[in-house]
Order: sequence, then structure tokens, then C-alpha cells
Amino acid sequence: MGTSPFDLPFAALEVGKHLYWQLGNIRIHGQVFMTSWILIGALLTLVVVGTKKMERDPKGVQNLLEFLWDYIRDLARTQIGEKVYRDWMPFIGTLFLFIFVSNWGGALIPWKLIELPSGELGAPTADINTTVALALLVSLSYFYAGLSNKGLRYFEYYVHPTPIMLPFKIVEDFTKPLSLSFRLFGNILADELVVAVLVFLVPLVLPVPVMFLGLFTSAIQALIFATLAAYYIGEAVEEHH
Amino acid sequence: MTSLLLFGASEGGLFDFDATLPLMAAQVVLLTFILNALFFKPVGRVVEEREDYVLSSRSEAKKQLAEVEKLENDLKNQLKEARKAAQKVVTEAEEDSEKLYKEALSLANSEANASREKARREIDAQRDSALNQLKSDADKLGDLIVKRLLAAK
Repeated sequence: MGTSPFDLPFAALEVGKHLYWQLGNIRIHGQVFMTSWILIGALLTLVVVGTKKMERDPKGVQNLLEFLWDYIRDLARTQIGEKVYRDWMPFIGTLFLFIFVSNWGGALIPWKLIELPSGELGAPTADINTTVALALLVSLSYFYAGLSNKGLRYFEYYVHPTPIMLPFKIVEDFTKPLSLSFRLFGNILADELVVAVLVFLVPLVLPVPVMFLGLFTSAIQALIFATLAAYYIGEAVEEHH
Repeated sequence: MTSLLLFGASEGGLFDFDATLPLMAAQVVLLTFILNALFFKPVGRVVEEREDYVLSSRSEAKKQLAEVEKLENDLKNQLKEARKAAQKVVTEAEEDSEKLYKEALSLANSEANASREKARREIDAQRDSALNQLKSDADKLGDLIVKRLLAAK
């Protein structure tokens, strides 16, 4: 180990350690998949329970699901526009819901009670692999959205409104996934670290407001990621005149 | 396997990229399709059906309201006309009764006049006959007095 800040004595937290699963000749981070499966399972359970018996007068979980659906539709419609938002709403919604349950699940469920041989369970979004995967999916999506909607005319976007913009627009294609992934990763990891360090130093009372702040940040990050993804798709399908 | 170790550890680190990345991406894509089938489509169908239902009931209610207003206006007009007709009937009846009253009055007047005239004529006649009677009686009496006076002479 070098002299990374995570080697300081108080950080007996297991930062950057992973539970490796060997699948053939590839290795994956087991703890990320374990938590993501649990959280996806919870999300799907909620969805299945809520959509089991839907009525015109919504009851119970159906209310929550309809609220979420409406929220996601508004988000997608404002950012992408009336014309194609329907095609992208499931993707935007899945991003939002997955990041949201990951962030909150990582913050709310006492994962520490489960001992792993290496690494520790936490929010799947606190792993750079997850956030980069999501950000690359967003990049692919907006390229696909632009090309499928406008064909090769999509590339007019790069010289719009003047050809001077070309280098900046090309750089943007790289900075978009970079900023998306690092923003989410940094926020969630920082939140987990702050809470862990505070708990380590002052185990009582003091971490609680920070935990609430963490919940707030987590929700905001899910919203920011989904909104930006929708905005990029909207930008790609927008018609220039 | 690409393992990008930015934090110097021979294994692990914060920026440890490996097959987690593509597998997570595949998992999220799969989740998108699952959620689309289980969540977005069914909930969207229910919500949009309800929106349609609300819209159509609203327009239905608007139509019914317009109909009610039309009927109300019709009835108001009918009521107005009925009032007018009633008013007319009342005035006609009043005029009729006035006329009848006047006719009856004039008839009574003329009858009274006629009977008064008749009475006056009768009185006149009786007075005349009485006067004649009186005159002849006076003549007779005069004659008698004259006769008696002449006889006594």
C-alpha cells in the first residue's frame, strides 16, 4: 500500500477492499452484486405487490407506484420532450429507481452486521464500476436516441450553432459520462465514509444529523443522475432549425 | 480482465475496474426491461386509462351541464310566456267584466228612466183627469148653484 489517505489509523474502514468472485477467468466484486440483488429484489417485490391488483381507485402500494410513475413521467417529459419521452421513460425511471434504492439501501440497511471475508457490504453506487456502467449506458442511450431519431443528421449537433463548437462538443461526449459517474460515486462514497468515520469517532448522537444529510444527498443524487441522463437524451433528439 | 489500480494496492482499491462493470451494465439493462414489463407499462396503462376516464367524464359532465342550462332556459321562457298569457287572460276578464258591468248599469239606468218616465206620464194623466174631473165638478156645482139661485127667485 502506498500512502493513500485511506490508510490513516482512524480509517480502519475497509475502503477499496472487495470480495472477489472468480467466474472462469474473470473476477467481479461480489459485495456489489450481493447488495444490488437484495435491493433489486426489494424493488421488484414492491412493484409486483403494488401492481398485483390495480384498480381505478388506487389503494395502498398502488398509490406509491403511481406517484413514482407520475414523477418519472414528468421528469422524462420535461427533459426529453413530448415527442419521444415515452420510449425513454423506462430507462430514465430504472436509472432513478435503481440509484435511489441503491443509495438509500446502502444508507439505511445495517449491512455491517453481516461479516464478509473481505470488503464490506454497502451501497452498490459506492463502487466505481457501477457508476461507470450506468454512465456508459447513458452515453450509449443518447447516441442511440440521436441516431435513431435523426439519422446522420444527429451529427449536426456537433457543429451547432457554429463549427467552432466541434471540439467542445466532442470533449463533452467524454466529460458527460465522466462527470455522471464520478459525481454519483464520490457523493455516495463520501457519505458512507463520513458516517463511518463519525461513528468511529463519536458513536452516539452526532452521526445522526449527518446520516439524515446523507439520505438527502442520496435522494438528490438519484434525481440528478436521472435528470441529466434525460437531459442528454433530450439534447440528442432535439431538432435544430 | 482490466484492473486499473490507481491507489497503489496490488489488488483492490477504489478504482478497481473489472468485469463488475459490464455485468452491472447488463444487469441494469435487464432491470430496465423487467421494470418496463412489470412497472412502467401496467402502471402507465392504469394511469392513462384513469386520465382518459376523467377527461371523458369531465366532457360528459360539461355536456350535461350545457343541456341542463338549455332546459332551464327553455323552462324559463315557457314560464315567462305562461305568465304573459295569464296576464292577458286576467286583463281580458277584467275588461269583460267591466263591459258587462257597464252594460248592466246602462240597462238598469235606461229601465229606471223608462219607468220613471212612465210614472211621470201616469201622474200627469191622473192629474189631468183629476183636474178635468174637478173642472166638471166645479162646472156642475156652478150650474147647480145658478139653478138654485134662479129657482129661489
